[in-house]
Parts: sequence; structure tokens; C-alpha cells
Amino acid sequence: MSPIYSVRDNTLENRLFLERIIAAFLVIILLTIALTVRLVYLQIVGHEHYASMAKSNSVKIVPLTPTRGLIYDTKGRVLAENTASYSLELIPEQIENLDDTLAKLQVLLAIPNEKIEQFQKTRKRQKRFASSSLLLNMNDEELAKFAVVRPYFPGVDIHTQMVRNYPYAELTAHVIGYVGRINEAEMKILPMSEYRGSTHIGKLGIESSYETVLHGKTGYAEIETNVQARSLNTLNEVNPEPGANLYLALDIELQKIAYDALENFNGAVVAIDIKTGGVLTFVSRPGFDPNPFVVGISNEAYQALQSSDNQPLYNRALRGLYPPGSTFKPFVALAGLENEVINGQQKLFCPGYYQLPGVPHKYRDWRKGGHGSVNLHEAITQSCDVYFYRLAGSLGIDNIYNFVKKFGFGEKTGIDLDGEKLGLLPSRDWKAKQKNRAWYPGETLITGIGQGYLQVTPLQLATATATLANHGNVVTPFLVEKMVAAHETKPGPEVHKGVIPLKPDNINQIINAMVGVIHSEHGTAKSIGHAIPYQIAGKTGTAQVFNIKQNAKYNEHDIDFKLRDHALFISFAPAADPMIAVAVIAENGGHGGSVAAPIAAKVIKHYLKDFHFEQP
Amino acid sequence: MKTESRPEHFGSPSLLGSLLRRLHIDIPLFLALLLAALLSLVILYSAGSQETDILIRQGARMGLAFGLMAVLAHVNPNQFKRYSAILFGMGIFLLVAVLIMGQIGKGAQRWLDLGFFRFQPSEMIKITTPMMLAWFVADQPLPPKLGQLLIASLLILLPTLLIAVQPDLGTAILVASSGAGVLFFAGLSWRIMLSIIVILTSLTPILWHFMRGYQRDRVLTFLNPEADPLGRGYHIIQSKIAIGSGGIYGKGWLNSTQSELDFLPESSTDFIFAVFAEEFGLIGCVGLLVLYLLIIARCLYIASQAQDTYSRLLASSLGFTFFVYVFVNIGMVVGVLPVVGVPLPLISYGGTSIVTLLAGFGILMSIHTHKKRL
Repeated sequence: MSPIYSVRDNTLENRLFLERIIAAFLVIILLTIALTVRLVYLQIVGHEHYASMAKSNSVKIVPLTPTRGLIYDTKGRVLAENTASYSLELIPEQIENLDDTLAKLQVLLAIPNEKIEQFQKTRKRQKRFASSSLLLNMNDEELAKFAVVRPYFPGVDIHTQMVRNYPYAELTAHVIGYVGRINEAEMKILPMSEYRGSTHIGKLGIESSYETVLHGKTGYAEIETNVQARSLNTLNEVNPEPGANLYLALDIELQKIAYDALENFNGAVVAIDIKTGGVLTFVSRPGFDPNPFVVGISNEAYQALQSSDNQPLYNRALRGLYPPGSTFKPFVALAGLENEVINGQQKLFCPGYYQLPGVPHKYRDWRKGGHGSVNLHEAITQSCDVYFYRLAGSLGIDNIYNFVKKFGFGEKTGIDLDGEKLGLLPSRDWKAKQKNRAWYPGETLITGIGQGYLQVTPLQLATATATLANHGNVVTPFLVEKMVAAHETKPGPEVHKGVIPLKPDNINQIINAMVGVIHSEHGTAKSIGHAIPYQIAGKTGTAQVFNIKQNAKYNEHDIDFKLRDHALFISFAPAADPMIAVAVIAENGGHGGSVAAPIAAKVIKHYLKDFHFEQP
Repeated sequence: MKTESRPEHFGSPSLLGSLLRRLHIDIPLFLALLLAALLSLVILYSAGSQETDILIRQGARMGLAFGLMAVLAHVNPNQFKRYSAILFGMGIFLLVAVLIMGQIGKGAQRWLDLGFFRFQPSEMIKITTPMMLAWFVADQPLPPKLGQLLIASLLILLPTLLIAVQPDLGTAILVASSGAGVLFFAGLSWRIMLSIIVILTSLTPILWHFMRGYQRDRVLTFLNPEADPLGRGYHIIQSKIAIGSGGIYGKGWLNSTQSELDFLPESSTDFIFAVFAEEFGLIGCVGLLVLYLLIIARCLYIASQAQDTYSRLLASSLGFTFFVYVFVNIGMVVGVLPVVGVPLPLISYGGTSIVTLLAGFGILMSIHTHKKRL
């Protein structure tokens, strides 16, 4: 025994411990008596009541799973459908000689041994008189072969199961998302009675954000059963209500044109119907094939997607964060006009760089020699950086922040998809909180040309452009136009409209300048303006992926592709009465005017080709 | 040290008896456990749709569990004491590992896959927590001082919370009560116990705030099962029907219509008591409760006869936790406690719980059969 025992009062400890043992045993006896009392209550007092309930319990309630709603594009083309998948099912209790039957089926349908073994395993885990599947996903040949001999195989049957299919695969993956098997964690939070018969649930995109609408209402059948749990006949049925069909504002043809137009660039194209806010295209390239996710993607295939350099699983349109670059300039220019810091005619001299008083740092213009003397119109069409350094400097960050915020920068657009990123519109407060530093004047200048802390998503950029084109009437983007259920048709999400008060003269000056970007001699995107019966308004942008060192020579051909600038373009058309707004980001595309603008032009031209316009 | 030198101490000197003594097996406890195991197979045959497959699998697990019990009974209790802290530390480490892996694998995970079998660290911690506390408390004269109590509470809270977030409320309750049991038997003053109960009760609203949606649902369903007959109230309603329809004498073996017709979910695991009650009636239920009481009484007797503080505390706590096991399961099946997912000890289908339980009884036997003669 350890020496410490000698200082213990052993008799006291013994007595205390025995006391506790007795106390514990008394409590245990008392609680056991309590359980017994409860049992007496259930089994003697309540016996008759429960016995009659048990008798009526020979009726079994089985869930009837509703059909999931389909998803269509705006012209009624199916984007998500349910296709039949056939499986060969055996009910062992109804088969006289199981081994013999299996052997015959194996020869008939050329079933590999592993599948027979798999069947034997699952069979043992099954309830009596329940079926186990021998073959899944049967093809036409197998179906035909079995159909001929079916009468000779009692207890063997073909079951039909609906499997979600996405015919446009990678084209719609980032919009529609996909459904997948319900996992353990989801099982716990889902309403049990609603999902009793369901195996799949929306995991991403529209499939996830409209899960409750698409799923429908589970029905049930009351089935009389005998003592062997064998179904005898159906007494009563409450039919399931199929999920509502969704019609999107999206036009899959336009979606394909935008996707193909990006060619080999990673990036995003978002087009919005300016009048309604309906999202016409929502492209994030590269996409991925969502169909393997429905049946359960293999680990290797998933790893390959995850580790790919092009990040196909990353929804660039919704979650990609990019500096807007010069596409931000129209908004800053409008802030200047509305705050009466400038007027449109006033000319500023651009020597190719700008310096803050008393600071040696040179803020450079993209054109080395400068643009000379430019007014607002020329500053936008030629994308003069120095003009906007000076404008931003005189506006100050507070004015820029307060005005531009109204266009939705730094906030979620409210689209009917989950997982949208906020982006970042920097302010004095933000910097004090996040970086614990004061705001520097130089940071105002680079914010003025859409660089610095500023980050936007392609969706935000398209939404802000639509609001600009709409003369300040705020546009909220949405994908689902209407939900068509069996008995009623409902509109898509509620859209909160607001108005940014703008002087008509100011917004018209900006729109004219944006028309000049495409339709004037010095415009940075003049290549796309030919041979169309309407005018496009736009703004090019080039976002730096990294900072160029002071005075360093910059030649884009010498730079590694991944370090090349992102090409951006925002646009809307027809300029006189805008219908469509498009934002394009081509990662590492180099120049907005030569790479991003033609992509937007393809989308606009296709969308407007069926409308008739009088030559301007 | 050697118990076989006084065989007459143990009653009839049969061949089997002397063999069991040589193996350090406590005969009354062993017989009671064996009876419970046989009873389990009998009920499982009925509850599991008369599939012999289930019986073979459960029988194999029982064999393994009894084997582990025999091995542990052979180990000198001083060894348990010596390795208490290390085993507890390992258990905590594995719990954290499971938690981290669960987060990487997106979703709840309770086990580690060791290739040939899945190991649940929460099972191991059910035994190592009372070991750790007994070791810690036995170090100083009893009853424990306030400072000791604070550390002891942390030692209980750590594994309890790690299991509660898995989330596995049932096991968390068992682990917490195994630790609390040690403190109770160590002579924790009634006043402190009362104030802890008062504090815990007043914390209920805060606990409610931290509960997951489905856990709240379970509590609400427990309060009013009829509100959701197709959903969460289903278990409790069906279970009460099964028990109530059994009456005094029961419907007889293999005549449970409720489980046979598939109305009673989890009829061979957590809700097996309902099948038992339906087939064997009130008489059978009282018989089963008496069997459980005999096992618990033997455990407490072993504890009272133990020679050092560590053994006493560990033995009494293991016996006490066994009762909590029984009470929580039957309480939930008869509808007086919320559904927390605790199996009926020794009877329910499933491997992990019976292995841990019999390991605990192995320790008890070791304590009883390795006594020094005074």
C-alpha cells in the first residue's frame, strides 16, 4: 500500500463509502420502481386501449415520393429532367429455387459473378418480402431479353426509378447545380415525414435554393398487411403532389454562345434583361458535368475536378472576386457629375502620369505619353487614367463610397442562388476596422480607376451596369421567372426595386460617353461597333493581376500567362432604349477592348437579332 | 494474492467452478451476464424477423466481448490504476482525431476506420473516464476538496463535450454520469450536489439555445408525441402501443406483431425493450428489471468489498453507470425520457456497446478476484 494511506482516516472513509453505496442502491431501487409503475400503467391500465390500437395497426403507411419538378429555360427547353433508370429486382421469398433462378439469369443476361455476390450480401440485410436489386441501370438489350422470359421468373421483376439528368451538362452546372444523395447530416435536419421516401436532395445552384419548391409534397398509401408483413391490398391513398416546374429567365442558346465565346479563357459572362432583372446568361467557364454527382461521383473523378488548375467547381460568376479596373470609371464619373465636382466640358491635362502634391510616387496612365487635354467624354472613351486620378482625388473616398454603394457594389445582389460573395467596396471605416490604419489619399486615386482594395463579382458588375443603363432604376437579378405547380403558377422571387435619384443630363452624358467607347474614332472597343442597326454602350477594363514596379517596362508578351491582366467589359444595348446588359471577365485575357468586348458583342448581337431597329 | 488457495470460499467445488476461479471469473456476475446474453439472442431472433444471420453475428460479438472480459479479469487492478491517466489521455486524443477527421470529411463521424474494424473512441472513453477520475480522486484523502472538484469537473466535461458535439447525446450522458458517479461515491457533500443540480437546471435555457434543430425536435416530440405521428413522434407512439398491447402475460415469443409488421423502427437496437415487453408482458419486464438489479447489486457488493479507494470508486461507478444505461433506455422506450439513442445494455443488437460493457465487468471481476488476504 502507498504510504499516503497512513495519513488517511480509513474508518471514516469506509463508513462514508458504505453510506454512499447504500444511498445509491436505494435511489436505483426507487427509479426501478418508477419504471415498473410506468409499465403497470401501460400494460395493465392502458392495455385495452393499446391492444385495440395494435390491431388497427395491421395497416401500414408507406410514403409515396413526389416527382421532382423540371427546370426549363425561358423558351421551354429542358435543363433538368427525370429520366427512367431500370433495375432487375428479386423478392427471394417469392422464388422457389433462388440458386437456380440466379444461375439462369446469369447466363441470360451475362451477369458477372461480383454482382451475384453483391446481391447475396444485400439480400441478407433486407426485410422479408422486400426486393433486392440484382442489376442497376439496365440497357435496352437487357430489358428486351428479360421481357421475353419474364413469365417464367415469378418473383423477379423490373423496377423503374427516376434519375435526375442535366442534358446541357457543363453549360448549366453553375446555374442549375445538381442533386445528390441525402447524407447523414442532411437526414438529421430535413423534415422526416416529407423526406421519408426521398433519396436525393438539391446540393447546389437552383436545385438547392429552390429545393422545397422542386421537391413537392410526399403522399402516402395505407396498405393492409398480414402477419408476415406481406402487402395485401391498398386501402387508401393520398397522392403525392409533384414539385413545381421552374421556368428560368435564362436562354440556353445565348448561354451557349457566351460559353463558347470565352473559348479557352477562364472567366464569366453575365447578361441581364434590364427591364425585368431576369438573368439571360450566367456563364462561369470552365464548367463541369454535374451528372456524375447525381449517382455518386467517384473519389478519383472528384479529386481531379478539385485539383484542376482551372478550378471548374468554382462559380466565377457568383463568387469570383476581381478588381473592376476601368469598368469602374463610368460610376466614378457619374459620382463626379452628381456631386458637382466636375462638369462635362472641363478639360484636364494628362501628361501620362499624376503625382500627389509633395509625394514622389508617380501614378501612371496606361498610355505612356498621356492623352493630352481631355474632357469627361474623351476620358471615358479613351479610358484616361490621369483624368480619373484627379477626379477621384477631388471627390474623396467618402463621396465615391457613398455614391457607388447605391449601385450595389460591396453588397449581395440578392439573386436567387445561395453562396453569393459580397465583393468589397472599401471605405475609411472599413480600412480602420479591417486594417487598423488610416485611409491614404493615394488609395483614393487607385480606387478611382477600379484598382486597389476594390473587388467585384461578375454578377455585381452586370447588375450595376443594368442599373446604370436603366437611368438609376435599380435592377435586382433573378433566375426563376415562374414556378408552375399542378394547380397554380407563381412568379419568381420578389424583386425589391429602388431608384437612385440622378439628374437626366448627367446620366445621359455618361451613356453618350459609353457609346463613344464603341462608336467613336478613339474608342477603346470600336472594333465591335460595325454593321449593327443600333448602338452599344460599354466600357473596357483591364485589371492588374499584380502591381507593376515603378518605372518598370511592361510588355505583356514577356509575362507568364497566369500573370497577364484580366480583360473586362461592361456593356448594354441598344443605347437609346437599353434591353440587355452584359458583363464579361476573361481571366488573363490581356486587354478588355480586344478580348472581352467581342465576347459581349456576340451575346448582344444574338439577343437583339430578332428585334427590328431603325437605323440611327 | 492467489484466490484458488481457498476454493471453499466460493461454494460448490464443481469442475467448471474451479476453472472459472482460476480464470479470475466472478461466478454470480458471470452467470447473470450469461443469462442476459442468452435472453438477448432469444429476443433478437424475434425482433430481427427470425433471421439466423443476425444471431450468428451478435453471438460472435458476444463471444469476443466475453473473451475480452476474461482477459481483463486476469489483469491485476493495480495495472488499471497505473495506466488510468495514459488511457484517458489516449481516449481524448482519439476523440479529437475523430472530430477533426469528421470536419474534413464533411459530416458527423464517430468512429476511426482501422481497416478491419471501426473503432469508436467514445466507447473507450466510457471506461477510461471513471478510471481517470477514480485515480485522480483516490490520490488524496476523501472526501475530495474544492480544488480537486474543480479539476475533476473539467476532466468530466472535456470528454462529455467532445462526444456531445459529434453529436451523440446518449453516450455523452453515460460518460458524464460515469464521472459524476465517481465523485458521488467519493463522498461529494450533499450540499454541493444540490447546488450543482440547481445550477444545471437554471442553465437549461442556455443549453436549449445551443442544441441542434433535430435535438430540440426530439425534446419537443417527447413532450407531445402525437403532434407529429408520421415524423418524429412515430417511434414513441409505436413503442407505447407495442408495450401496452403486451399486457400482463405478453403475446408470447415470436408473436410481436408490432415489430413483425415493421411498425416499430429500430426494433432490434434502441427499441428492443418494446418487443420484449410486447412478447413477455409485465411479468417478463419485471423479471428483466430484477436481473438488471441483481447485476447492479453484485457490482456494488464488489465495490463494498474492494480493498483500496481506487478499486472501490471504479467498481461502484461502473455499476452505477450500468444502471443509468438501463434507466435511460427503458425510460425513453416507455416514454418518460426523451429519445437520446442509448441501447438496452447487453440486450440490444450491435457490437460496440456489448464489448465495452463486458470490458467493464471484466475490470470488476479483476477487482474482486485479486484481493490480498488481510
